[in-house]
Amino acid sequence: MRLQDIGIVYRKELTEALRDRRTLISTLLVPLLLFPLLSVGFGALAVTLVKKAEEEIPKVMLLGGADSPHVLETLRRNKKIEVVPATPDWKDKIINKEIRAAIEIPSGFEASLDQQEPETIKIYKYEGELKSSISADNIEKTLKEYRDKVIEARLEAKHLPASVLIPFRIKQDNVAPPEKVGGAAFGGIIGYMVILLCMTGGMYPAMDLTAGEKERGTMETILSSPISRLDLVLGKFFLVLTASLVTAALAVLSMGVSFWGMQQAKVFDASKNPEAAGMQLHIGFTAVLSVFIMALPLAVLFSAGLITISLFAKSYKEAQSYVSPLMILVIVPAVAAMLPGVELTAKLALIPILNVSLLCKELVTGTYHWNFIALIFLSTCVYASAALFLAVKMFQREDVLFRS
Amino acid sequence: MIETHGLTKVFKDKKRGEIRAVDGVTFTCKPGQIYGLLGANGAGKTTTLRMLATILEPSDGTAVVCGYDVVEAPEKVRANVGFLSTATALYPRLTSQEMVEYFGRLNGISGPALKKRVDEIFARLDMNSFRDRRCDKLSTGMKQKTSIARTLIHDPQVMIFDEPTLGLDIMTARAIIDFIRECRQRGKTVIFSTHVMSEVEKLCDVIGIIQSGKLLAEGSLADLRQRYQEQDLEEIFVKVVAPHYKPEEAA
Repeated sequence: MRLQDIGIVYRKELTEALRDRRTLISTLLVPLLLFPLLSVGFGALAVTLVKKAEEEIPKVMLLGGADSPHVLETLRRNKKIEVVPATPDWKDKIINKEIRAAIEIPSGFEASLDQQEPETIKIYKYEGELKSSISADNIEKTLKEYRDKVIEARLEAKHLPASVLIPFRIKQDNVAPPEKVGGAAFGGIIGYMVILLCMTGGMYPAMDLTAGEKERGTMETILSSPISRLDLVLGKFFLVLTASLVTAALAVLSMGVSFWGMQQAKVFDASKNPEAAGMQLHIGFTAVLSVFIMALPLAVLFSAGLITISLFAKSYKEAQSYVSPLMILVIVPAVAAMLPGVELTAKLALIPILNVSLLCKELVTGTYHWNFIALIFLSTCVYASAALFLAVKMFQREDVLFRS
Repeated sequence: MIETHGLTKVFKDKKRGEIRAVDGVTFTCKPGQIYGLLGANGAGKTTTLRMLATILEPSDGTAVVCGYDVVEAPEKVRANVGFLSTATALYPRLTSQEMVEYFGRLNGISGPALKKRVDEIFARLDMNSFRDRRCDKLSTGMKQKTSIARTLIHDPQVMIFDEPTLGLDIMTARAIIDFIRECRQRGKTVIFSTHVMSEVEKLCDVIGIIQSGKLLAEGSLADLRQRYQEQDLEEIFVKVVAPHYKPEEAA
């Protein structure tokens, strides 16, 4: 093995990769744009849509209730709904989104209330439709407030304090520091992104440097030069590894910038948007760096694996058909780690991809289980070495290089 | 100098079983001579030359190129060989100069020595007008010149040409033929394969007729004419090959 020769091949492959539009798009452009588009674009769109839905004053119908003027008055006073005259086709109107909800007040409702006989007010809505659900929630809130007033009046009539209904209170309180809360919510995503992009970043260069080289007829040219096949495959491997890591690094960088941008834009501002307050992201640089260190042997595994598989193909197209199913092999364990309740165990620590993905979740929350870290790093290194060994061996097989 | 003894290459094919692509080939090519390997498609020419260039490893027999055994010192062999075939394409995204420099570096030439050598070859082959043009933007003739420059950068003692004119237009093919002749003049050992009779007649000092992986006849054009009592090389070729010709091998 001659480092100088590996360097010569690496530099040449880098020059070519930087001139290849496909590689540039997959390695640089996709990771840079993916997250801002997904998070900022999609997130901003979601926030706008919810806001718009909330701002809309929905039309609702009151069915019955002519003998219950107080309830009707309470509902009419709600500025967030517009009561329209009832029609027999109210169901169709909800389905056709002409009105958002209908409220059915049973006849003699207030009389029953006076006699303390419980009655049911029904709210009809379009399940799963955002604006209908918001209206229904709004109506329910108004009715609950009305119910509370009725309870208060009944207690007062019996000279009982309101506290008689609340013998004690329950409160949930968070003790985890903000970075752990942010990490628990986003740790899985960071690990997933790094793992997935390590794979996609290496895909195009790996195919281009092996099957692409066969297809273009340069394989025989390079094999006729004095460089050893070991140095040649290592030079190629390091380029694929670089692409893989650059892609993942750019993705994390763009993700960081996106979140920072969103925080600056106060998308998660608690005062303006209470639901989004929990999304405040506090993930430290050390945590992201640890994720990267753990992803390093995984990137080696992916790069060597991609080279081995695409080398077997005769053409770029054939390589694509071999490599695409591999994505599922990577996505499934990476996603499995994001499922709630899946936690690191000694057995899971030996399953490639899933182990790193699970560990990333922990690392981002600032939890360092050193025994697991060592086990996962070492086991991934073993898998990576095996994959690299296989890639080198494949490069020495004539039936693979000259497959026809 | 190239010397082979019983050089054999066996491929294993799932459908056809064992295929002896080259079967016990023995010959010698001397410096300052052009050895022409003449054969039909599938006769074993490319496999023989690929073994000499150490791209493929022999299954049996030996081949010594410039004193180095192809199995024991393949890298030393390649350092002394210039290999050119229609299958040895150029890197499309490198410029003509970068392509030649890359092969210079792989051959251990660097710094001012590499620059000097590249300038020399580019001037000699009249390539300066397109030295900074990417290989995928070159004409066929320019591509051939770049390929020639690539094989010459390390000034190898042995030149191996595998059907170098296949699919080329007359002018480009002629330039290649001139180049092969020039290699002989410079005292290099040249081996070249073809199925074009006229090229062999024009160029070769020694002709080897190969069919079904076996070297069936060998000698100078004059020797062969005398031995087979025919003037036309094509007739000689047919006489030698016909008893051994299997059409399915040509596929």
